[in-house]
Amino acid sequence: MLKNYLRLNLSLLYWVFVAPFTGQFFSISQIFRQMVFIGVRATSMVALTAFSIGVTLAMQAAHSLQQMGAEIYVPDLVMLSILREMGPVLIELGTMKVSEEIEALEVMAINPIQYLVVPRFLAMLIMLPALTIFGNYIGVLGGWAVCRFALNFNTAGYIVRALGSAETWDLYSGMIKSVVFAWIVITIACNAGLHVEGGAEGVGQATTASVVQALLAMLVTNAILTGIFFFGA
Amino acid sequence: MNSNGDLVIEVVDLIRKFGDRTVINDISFNVRRGETLVIMGGSGCGKSTLLRHIIGSMKPTSGSVKIFGQEITTMNEREIASVRRRFGMLFQSGALLASLTVGENVALPLLQHTDNSVDEIEEIVEEKLQMVGLSGFEDLKPAEISGGMKKRVGLARALALDPELLFSDEPTSGLDPIMTAVVDQLTLKLTHGEHMTAVVVTHDMTSAFRIATRMIMLGHGSIVAQGTPDEIRNSPNPEVQQFINGEADGPIPLNLSQDEHEHHQHVKPRPFVAARHRFHRKTA
Repeated sequence: MLKNYLRLNLSLLYWVFVAPFTGQFFSISQIFRQMVFIGVRATSMVALTAFSIGVTLAMQAAHSLQQMGAEIYVPDLVMLSILREMGPVLIELGTMKVSEEIEALEVMAINPIQYLVVPRFLAMLIMLPALTIFGNYIGVLGGWAVCRFALNFNTAGYIVRALGSAETWDLYSGMIKSVVFAWIVITIACNAGLHVEGGAEGVGQATTASVVQALLAMLVTNAILTGIFFFGA
Repeated sequence: MNSNGDLVIEVVDLIRKFGDRTVINDISFNVRRGETLVIMGGSGCGKSTLLRHIIGSMKPTSGSVKIFGQEITTMNEREIASVRRRFGMLFQSGALLASLTVGENVALPLLQHTDNSVDEIEEIVEEKLQMVGLSGFEDLKPAEISGGMKKRVGLARALALDPELLFSDEPTSGLDPIMTAVVDQLTLKLTHGEHMTAVVVTHDMTSAFRIATRMIMLGHGSIVAQGTPDEIRNSPNPEVQQFINGEADGPIPLNLSQDEHEHHQHVKPRPFVAARHRFHRKTA
């Protein structure tokens, strides 16, 4: 399993960074197609979680005079909401594996990594930082709702405070995290999907197992990255 | 290069083992240009495994497979891909991509492997779908058409690049008799007119005798008989006769466990044994 996973990662790097220079381009239109899927599915989830955390933090801040910025929590939330993205990707590829579609691609001399994994990977890599920025704004909006309606702050004052408390490094570190999470989620989902065995039941089992693996991988990576970003150097 | 340019496929001493089980047991045969080779045999006899070794999806334990004179068993993925561009394959289920329409499925190999313009590709797709009797179905998704139609779209897709060699896994199962005849005629037309070579795995004896120029019957991973359709039809081998005539009684073991012996003695089975027969017997 681990061997397959490493091979998928190497293969993915080859198709993204090397193959285009040998004239084998990945399909741009497929990437946009996947970006739309991911965007549509994830936006509402990201908005809801980010808004809730913005509201919660503002209320806690009002209580204990904590610093207001919600930014550093947003990537962690986005991480949770993209776990949802694993299901559709894995089930789609798993079903294709079970119904001989992957084999058919190979026999048509179409590499499944290039044709299926690369567009999903790049779409996720673009959409996740975008969703993180979007989540940041929604979080700030949640905080504003509390300050404006419950605490009677004026809007201009809130915006100045919110912008003042946000550091650009918070934003960048969040973006870097989201790229790493995107990598983890999409490679685990695609690897599991391409190696599903045992029909529809196998697809279900692979999905459950991979969501757990991805969650663990992201939690550990998150701890390491947070350590590096906020305590390292 | 190849000493005999007419040989499209050469299989020599092919052996494949899964653990202790030998699934392909020392098989050798050749296929010449323009021939239609039919591979037949009961379920689980190794037909599909043999096909997967010929197309390079599986590696043999030992032995050699050459396609167009090139050894495929030792190739890396990129080399196999270059050989695969020259042949088409029809999968048993059709194996259409569910996310694409019928037309996009047929266009897929053209988009990936040719520099044709969109107009040219549309024209070819229309032509190939017409060949399999499915004009006007371009915009439907695979989920919206029947199993037999999917298979015909799979055939149109396999033929999209005008391959020199076509592999078909059960091309006519699930088709009505008229559509079976249409698909058979298409195979005959392509092999006779365009000198395409075909390797067809099938259970359908009517179709097999209609299209075959040569036949191989497999049993337990070995070749039981091979020859022209006439030679097979007149084969003295009782296993061959049982298979081509579709008889339940005969020398082909059906894995009926302990009552097998009794059955072969033509002793009338007791009622409860008969019930077990129905349960265990696989249609050969």
